[in-house]
Amino acid sequence: MTHPPYLSPGYGSTILRAPSQPPVAFKADPDAIELTSPVFGHQEVGSLDADLTRQHPGEPIGERIIVTGRVLDSDGRPVRDTLVELWQANAAGRYAHAGDQHPAPLDPNFTGGGRCLTDQDGRYRFVTIKPGAYPWRNHANAWRPAHLHFSVFGRAFAQRLITQMYFPGDPLMALDPIYQSIPDDPSRRRLISSYDHDVTEPEWALGYTFDIVLGRTPVEPS
Amino acid sequence: MTTHAATPSQTVGPFYSHALPYPKDWELVDDTHPDAITLSGLVRDGAGDPVPDALLEIWLGRTGDRGALRRGEGGLSGFGRCATAPDGSYRFRTTRPEGPYVSMQIFARGLLRSVLTRVYLADRPDPFLDSLDPARRATLIATGEGSAYRFDVRLQGEGETVFLDF
Repeated sequence: MTHPPYLSPGYGSTILRAPSQPPVAFKADPDAIELTSPVFGHQEVGSLDADLTRQHPGEPIGERIIVTGRVLDSDGRPVRDTLVELWQANAAGRYAHAGDQHPAPLDPNFTGGGRCLTDQDGRYRFVTIKPGAYPWRNHANAWRPAHLHFSVFGRAFAQRLITQMYFPGDPLMALDPIYQSIPDDPSRRRLISSYDHDVTEPEWALGYTFDIVLGRTPVEPS
Repeated sequence: MTTHAATPSQTVGPFYSHALPYPKDWELVDDTHPDAITLSGLVRDGAGDPVPDALLEIWLGRTGDRGALRRGEGGLSGFGRCATAPDGSYRFRTTRPEGPYVSMQIFARGLLRSVLTRVYLADRPDPFLDSLDPARRATLIATGEGSAYRFDVRLQGEGETVFLDF
């Protein structure tokens, strides 16, 4: 079991949004459009889109980090030229979103959204700042651990994945019903990035590695 | 043989609007396209209340020539994205797909994993539709007149939309 169940009552928003019926398993024909994915062109993603620290005139406040990893299929093969999107809160734990009322400062030099395409090894790379933890109203004294949101397309629309990356050693993971919604510990731990000193750049930024493995689809294109 | 365990899904959360939407994301064709149709509706939860923070994506099965992310002038894209409005509504301008259905994926706060469904533009014999309980089949059929189609998504409860597992 990899994915969290839809209904995970500790995370209150699932109670009225989780489908009550299981998804209908369908032995898809090889021509089903869900087994294909949109192709994103390199001209559609700007070279600065992957550097969230350079989207404004000044530098954002916070701990500068490099986050990189590979997008792989279930056989460990690289998924090339696929779109990876990242979004996050700023260093104070505040999103650049009108609905986020956490009384922490906005950063005029940080929006917190980025995009890139994977290279021929399936690798993506972002430069950003480490997000802060933030409170939410799920339960008393609820705090989300620091996390980056990731969106990945893969080779099939049925493989589409949105997930969250966490940071090693964060004590809030043990208390977080979203992280804990994943039923088994080995699966949960796959969402924790690794500190990687080989990615760290001297006098510049700390490096983290986070690989993303997409689910199997019934028809794997070669 | 699967050698690598899949990365688990997590919710899109409520705060994606500064990052995922992009200009003309809901416009797979522009308004001068001769075959343009609109596909719109509401996303509702188990209480029947609108879901104001869902993100919908549709896929027609071909990338097209308009740009999936950076839209050009004219042409057709097979991919679109639309965040629901405060009233839970969404809207796409697209063309009819080459096949019988549009693939639709829904993300939202409270959905720990996305749900994938199909929007059939007409109720005709179809291997997937025909495999369903007749009472649930209707949840996948868009209604509409002319070039305006309506398709509501019910995440839970009465009239719960059929979601697919590949």
